Amino acid sequence: MTTTQDYRSSIENQWCPGCPNYGILTALERALVALGRAPHEVCLVSGIGQAAKLPHYLRCHAWNGLHGRAIPAAIGIHVANPALTTIVTSGDGDLYGEGGNHLLHAFRRNPDITVIVHDNRIYALTKGQASPTTPRGEPTRLQFDGVEIDPAQMLATAVVHGCTFVARGFAGDLEGLSTLLARAIAHRGLSFVDVIQPCITWGKHPLAWYRERVVPVPTDHDATDRNAALSLALDSPDRFPVGVLYETAEKPVFAESYRVRVGDGPLARLPRIGRAAIQARLAAFVVNKD
Amino acid sequence: MDEQSVFIAGAAGEGIQTIGDVVARAFLAHGYPVFAVQEYESRIRGGNSTHRLRIASAPANAPRRDADVLLALNPEARNHYAVDLRAGGTLVASEAVDEQTIVVPFHDLAVEHGGSGLYANAVAAGALAAVLGLPIEIVVRTLAAAVARHGDAAVAGNTSAAKAGFEVARATLGGRAPKPLPKRENVYAFLSAHDVIPLAAAAAGCRFMSAYPMSPSTGILTAFARDPELGVFVEQAEDEIAAIEMALGASAAGARAMTATSGGGFALMVESISLAGMIETPIVVVLGQRPGPATGLPTRTAQEDLLFAIHAGHGETARLVFAPADPQDAIEKTVRAFDLADRYQIPAIVLSDQFLADSRFSLPALSLPSEIPDAHLADPNTIDGEYRRYALTEDGVSPRLYLGQAEALVYLDSDEHTEEGHITEDVRVVRPSMVEKRLEKGRRLRGEVAPPSRNRDEDAETILLGWGSTKGAIDEAVARLRGKGRRVGALHFTELWPLPEIAWRDDVDYWTIEGNATGQLARLLASDGGLRIEGRIGRYDGLPLDAATIVEALA
Repeated sequence: MTTTQDYRSSIENQWCPGCPNYGILTALERALVALGRAPHEVCLVSGIGQAAKLPHYLRCHAWNGLHGRAIPAAIGIHVANPALTTIVTSGDGDLYGEGGNHLLHAFRRNPDITVIVHDNRIYALTKGQASPTTPRGEPTRLQFDGVEIDPAQMLATAVVHGCTFVARGFAGDLEGLSTLLARAIAHRGLSFVDVIQPCITWGKHPLAWYRERVVPVPTDHDATDRNAALSLALDSPDRFPVGVLYETAEKPVFAESYRVRVGDGPLARLPRIGRAAIQARLAAFVVNKD
Repeated sequence: MDEQSVFIAGAAGEGIQTIGDVVARAFLAHGYPVFAVQEYESRIRGGNSTHRLRIASAPANAPRRDADVLLALNPEARNHYAVDLRAGGTLVASEAVDEQTIVVPFHDLAVEHGGSGLYANAVAAGALAAVLGLPIEIVVRTLAAAVARHGDAAVAGNTSAAKAGFEVARATLGGRAPKPLPKRENVYAFLSAHDVIPLAAAAAGCRFMSAYPMSPSTGILTAFARDPELGVFVEQAEDEIAAIEMALGASAAGARAMTATSGGGFALMVESISLAGMIETPIVVVLGQRPGPATGLPTRTAQEDLLFAIHAGHGETARLVFAPADPQDAIEKTVRAFDLADRYQIPAIVLSDQFLADSRFSLPALSLPSEIPDAHLADPNTIDGEYRRYALTEDGVSPRLYLGQAEALVYLDSDEHTEEGHITEDVRVVRPSMVEKRLEKGRRLRGEVAPPSRNRDEDAETILLGWGSTKGAIDEAVARLRGKGRRVGALHFTELWPLPEIAWRDDVDYWTIEGNATGQLARLLASDGGLRIEGRIGRYDGLPLDAATIVEALA
């Protein structure tokens, strides 16, 4: 049986002591153990940033690629080897800024992967510039007089674009987050979880400030109701409904029609098309004698 | 027969593609090889474009810049291309320019004999048969086969229209009408290099193709989508960055993968080329060149991205750059690109261009390489202890497992990494050894690349150096210059990086012939090959290099 010990990495963690990223790491570890996934059945995919270092701190397969490009790489990985539980874990700058376009189209595609966004509302590794989710008016180490543009509304964007699992988590609630991540990973199709992860070095508000403003998604919320999900996603800037905003099983999963044709295994194990079949296609270019 | 260069000129949407295709196939069915190249504007309707056929007794797979016969579907096209018709050549048009014009009212004859102006193309094809000495029955049969799916009425209309065009043209030719060409037994495959790249890729085990549509490479993506039996997963990505990243992800998870694009899209992929080098994950990229900078001339040809392909990507890493010369070569290069990319865990770039994408060659035979190696993956049972994805080895190549292949965990990292694949800042030992590891693969790769092909260089005083798609034109130029008594030969590169080792001679003049303005091969051979170049011939107007241009430049 898989235990949290199986996931423990010996790699030195470079995060700031006390960073809420540790909460996400522990919650993810617990979610994977709860789901009974062994490390070799899991592939973590990340871009660049502090959050994107997470794959080094959990023992499983990992792709730590380019800034902003975790999503297309994860899609390729999952199409080629669908037996892997593929999880993108990266920051808001990486997934909403540099790679925002990929996320938008991932919502449309609905690949069977999980996307966990460590949303700290700041560029931490580059020392304190605005991220796509920094609130308007908030001063930063670059926008000295305050950010002058609106924050990205990615939860709402996910709902609007047909993402099949849309949730918000809170890094300060280990119990709730591990349950939420387990649900996200178990969902078939794209699961998108924006996790509030206050930056303790560059962030404006401490964890405690968010703790006071985090509220559970109302118990009577119908997560299959897109309009209700949208209004929760667009709730006031100072209140954060946490939980599953939207979930549906009524959308085909990316690459399903291809998989119906070729079966389930890793593409590496499928037999290569025969020589004769290619030669027949080459022969079809011969213009026959009249 | 005397060689015939036929320009079929018209506006986009007027059907020059169909006319050229029918005439070409009819000649091929009659036993005569045809080389067909299309030249067109980046628009859906209107403008000036040509479908150029070169018909000969033996394959002449290179463009001609002048026409023996110009068939113009409209007056604007006639005026635009009149300059290309050689003196004494034949003009076929709806209206007379002089008394030599073969007047064939395409539209009116189509209405009168076919019952619809839609059959004007058939009239034109019939007229060309009369001018070129091709029996009309063969054109009719070729047309019928081409339009059969549209029903009996379409077949009948096209047949009547083609016959009418033939009769009117023959009557106008009178005594100038050529004798019917005898039927020959020769059989040819008629196809472009981009027709075979998807097939060669599938034969090489390609399983994943993601791309963003861009001329002239879109056809490669389409070909996979059209033929699901090839078993290749096809995805139209949101941009070229996603295209190559998806393919790299798939490759890391065990699928042989590729993408295809042109210069602008390749520019977006450059960071991921660097990534492929760093994470040592194989990928094949077809770079179909077109004239730049920026959007340039989207539907025309160039060889402007050689140095770009060789140097693309920040940092220093090994890669492979091939440039096939023709469709048969494209088969071989594609298979080799997949094999070597996999064996050395590197990106491989196959440089093609609009000329190779849109020109159809007549080849006597096509074949797959006799050996198509399997994937080069490690056996997980041989892994002792913790798997080291980037284990240091003598040749720089680490045993490769794919993500999820076994219980052994695979870490791929774009940061500088340890042998296990984890981030490191160990600049004393790990960083230098990883740089050396990656570069060692490039050094070994140099022993894999083929030297340039040789054409009559033994006794040559002048040697023409070319690469990629210009081989047909250069070989033709060599033959013509030899015919004039010049001791000329050629060396042609189709494997360009790593640059093969060549013993340069000091008793010959070397000239480079390229589809660019700055002499990219010349610069490469001067900087990395230590060669002194006597002269450079470059064509950069967007049209393919042809033998006459080369011969003139060397006169």
